[in-house]
Amino acid sequence: MIRPSVKGQRLVALFLLGCLLFNYPLLNLFTNSGVVFGIPLLYVYVFGVWAALIGLMALVVQKRGD
Amino acid sequence: MLTGGLIILASFAYVGLLFGIAYYGDKRADAGRSIIANPYIYALSLAVYCTSWTFYGSVGRAATTGIGFLPIYLGPTLMAALWWYVMLKIIRISKANRITSIADFIASRYGKSQTLGGLVTVIAVVGIVPYIALQLKAISTSFSIIRRYPEVAMPPDLHRAPLFLGDNTFYIAMLLAAFTILFGTRHLDATERHEGLVAAVAFESLVKLLAFITVGVFVTFVMFDGFADLFDRAAATPQISQLLVVSAEVGDYVTWASLTFLSMAAIMFLPRQFQVAVVENVDERHLNKAIWLFPLYLLAINIFVLPIALGGLMHFSNAGIDADTFVLTLPISQHQAWLALIAFIGGLSAATGMVIVETIALSTMVCNDLVMPALLRMKWLRLNERVDLSGLLLGIRRGAIVVILVLGYLYFALAGEAYALVSIGLISFSAVAQFAPAIIGGIYWKGATRLGAVCGLAAGFAVWTYTLLLPSFAKSGWLPMSFLTQGIFGIDLLRPQQLFGLTGFADTTHCLFWSMLANIGCYIGVSLLWRPGATEHSQATLFVDALKYGGAATTGSKFWRGSASVDDLRGLLGRFLGPERAREALSAYARSHGVEFKQDATADPGLVHYAESLLTGTIGSASARIMIASVVDEEPLDIDEVMHIIDEASQVLAYSRQLEQKSRELESATNELRNANQRLQELDRLKDDFISTVTHELRTPLTSIRAFSEILNDNPDLDGAQRSRFLGIVIKESERLTRLINQVLDLAKIESGNAEWHTGEIDMREVIEDAVTATSQLFKENNVQLELKLPDSVPVIAADRDRLMQVMLNLLSNAAKFCTGDGRGRVTITLASLRDALQVDVQDNGIGISEADQKVIFEKFRQVGDTLTAKPQGTGLGLPICRQIIGHFGGRLWVSSRLGAGATFSFTIPLAQPRAERPEAAPAARTA
Repeated sequence: MIRPSVKGQRLVALFLLGCLLFNYPLLNLFTNSGVVFGIPLLYVYVFGVWAALIGLMALVVQKRGD
Repeated sequence: MLTGGLIILASFAYVGLLFGIAYYGDKRADAGRSIIANPYIYALSLAVYCTSWTFYGSVGRAATTGIGFLPIYLGPTLMAALWWYVMLKIIRISKANRITSIADFIASRYGKSQTLGGLVTVIAVVGIVPYIALQLKAISTSFSIIRRYPEVAMPPDLHRAPLFLGDNTFYIAMLLAAFTILFGTRHLDATERHEGLVAAVAFESLVKLLAFITVGVFVTFVMFDGFADLFDRAAATPQISQLLVVSAEVGDYVTWASLTFLSMAAIMFLPRQFQVAVVENVDERHLNKAIWLFPLYLLAINIFVLPIALGGLMHFSNAGIDADTFVLTLPISQHQAWLALIAFIGGLSAATGMVIVETIALSTMVCNDLVMPALLRMKWLRLNERVDLSGLLLGIRRGAIVVILVLGYLYFALAGEAYALVSIGLISFSAVAQFAPAIIGGIYWKGATRLGAVCGLAAGFAVWTYTLLLPSFAKSGWLPMSFLTQGIFGIDLLRPQQLFGLTGFADTTHCLFWSMLANIGCYIGVSLLWRPGATEHSQATLFVDALKYGGAATTGSKFWRGSASVDDLRGLLGRFLGPERAREALSAYARSHGVEFKQDATADPGLVHYAESLLTGTIGSASARIMIASVVDEEPLDIDEVMHIIDEASQVLAYSRQLEQKSRELESATNELRNANQRLQELDRLKDDFISTVTHELRTPLTSIRAFSEILNDNPDLDGAQRSRFLGIVIKESERLTRLINQVLDLAKIESGNAEWHTGEIDMREVIEDAVTATSQLFKENNVQLELKLPDSVPVIAADRDRLMQVMLNLLSNAAKFCTGDGRGRVTITLASLRDALQVDVQDNGIGISEADQKVIFEKFRQVGDTLTAKPQGTGLGLPICRQIIGHFGGRLWVSSRLGAGATFSFTIPLAQPRAERPEAAPAARTA
């Protein structure tokens, strides 16, 4: 199977990005009691980043051509 | 309405459905139409990661730590991004080497070591036992809660119940053991793949997801008015509102990070994850979709965790309801009987999926890496002589399943009460994390050795036992509390959960730090201190370079040297696989390799390797190694030979590159030589021709001089007129001889570069006019008209005047010679300025030169016409000399002609390079 390394590298980059976004100190910026649409900011942040990360991973993996 | 009978009936109906799916899956697999061969089933089967821990425990965790339950799912999400490299490599290695468990993987990597395989198995079993206890606790608790419907009450302290037969949980454990045996060990398979089981697990993943989301939607949108309302009301309650933020303490973030790390290790190295992700993998391309589908599953199953936890906390405020049971107790409190049943089935689904896959994976390890190697060592059992061992293998595995579940039950009964679900699970995760250095190091670092892996694993496991497992017994009252508070033997520094005085960390983080320090430290340190053995080296290369070689199956055999008979191998395979399967396997090999096994045939290394990998699938790599060694007359390779083999490939590559280079050089040298040789031969031929021609040319005038001299000598009485005519001929021939010799010398000088050149600035017009004057007599004699077309001025050229004169005279005399002498002969000289040269054309309307002759007239002694019959009109050296002269000045001499239509000889002479300090007047004149 063809496994262009650029996909692998993009996935590693996403891994590193995820490690960064899900940890101190960035996580700490969202621990205040702010509310978005009635939902606590922290909750929105974690699930939002999580969903975005999965979306990007899907994009990288499913992208054809390179 | 939810009687115990109905619940049990529903549970059995559900398990029956699972059996149906598994049965169907196996049938389809046997028919070659796999239902699990697609990425969605693969991703769903990976979700066996979500157990009762997720289904019940996450809510409990969320109820105490807010979003602290999430790292367990964020870790796998992040890890999935690395699967592209790591998981793919593990899958490739495992398929190439027929590895069927994590113990086998590690043992195989470090030289097919039995010690290591056994150690990994022990760590896995001991480490996983709490995890299985967690599932038992979840099932047992949820059953006793739903049984009391519609009453919402916590079960009585299960701790008090008598062990074993007096305890419901024991029966649950035994039922699970029975299911697992039916699911997983109905028959032996060399690849340990269970298609039906995977189908059932994927189905269970769907059931638990839908059940959890159903409860979540009910709590969020029925009991409360959507997310906003729920969070709003939670924020209004002081104790609950603090769950919505992460406390800013450093320790919390350290816990967060260490849990993320633990779950990353768990998703790779939990025996059941290895089973579904690697062993049961049908096609490595399924990994592509699983990379994002599996995290998506995790996201989906976690969305409602916090809402259910908050809803439960608000609903049951201070009612003494364990948060681990909210998923079940909330529907019960609302008298939603069906919803409660759905939740119960979901929880059951999560627990059974985990228990079945985990115990199958563990039983394979126990059988292949612990029991079989031990049994095979006991010579008095004479296992080597048994005809068919497949029954024994199945028996061992079934026994292992029962033992593991009994151990799980015991842990639950002894220590289960002291902990929440998640805390029990984390004990297991910490144990499994010990595999990470040996595996990750093993597939990326060739220098890692068996001893390093053994020391690292043993050290990590010891620390884990001391800092996490034993304290869990102490907290349950099975060890004295003083063990925790004062340390072992009362040594304060050795307090298990503040080891060496390290405080401020959660239990798991504390254990993770010390165990990883010991594990990685020993692993790297020992690996670097001692050199690996030969087998280790070859295995290390196979594993680390797995992606490079595109699978190790083809390269494995090259590390083996020895001889065995096909019959012996067939007998050996027959004992473990059954005679029928062994025969099939061997004929499959014969077919695919195009060989035929005759009587008493000797097995080639490829076949021995094939047999070993078949056995590896059934009894593990270490045992397979021993069994193969028992029938094979093996010559052990020493380390240098292995290194040699490993180096061979690269050396061969380098050699062949050098060879290629050399042969290319050789080829070009040969070509040059051949060309040079051809030139030499040509020159040699030319020299011979030249000498013979020169001799011939010299002889003609000499003969004629001698003939006429003899006539004069022999006839003294010849009359005066006759005598003077003959003397005239002698003089003329002598002149011709002189001219010939001069020209030969001239040409030789020019060709050898010894000629003298007096280069000066020359006006070409003058040269032409002088040449015309010099030859005017000749033209008159031949009755040929001469016409000049000269421009008023031309740029000067740098050349030797006399030589140019020589060329002009030669061309003019030629032109005069070949024109007809009847008065119609006409020669035209044209001088023209080109961009950077002058061109002189000498055009005649004489007999012309045929195209074939045009090619040769510039060669020496080639005169047009037959020189043997007709009297030669020149020396045959004029034009060659002219061409040499013009060539010397950097110009070109050529002819264009048609037979019967005259000829035009043209030459060019490049202009003199204008000099900066003395601008030429001529170019200006030319433009004027």
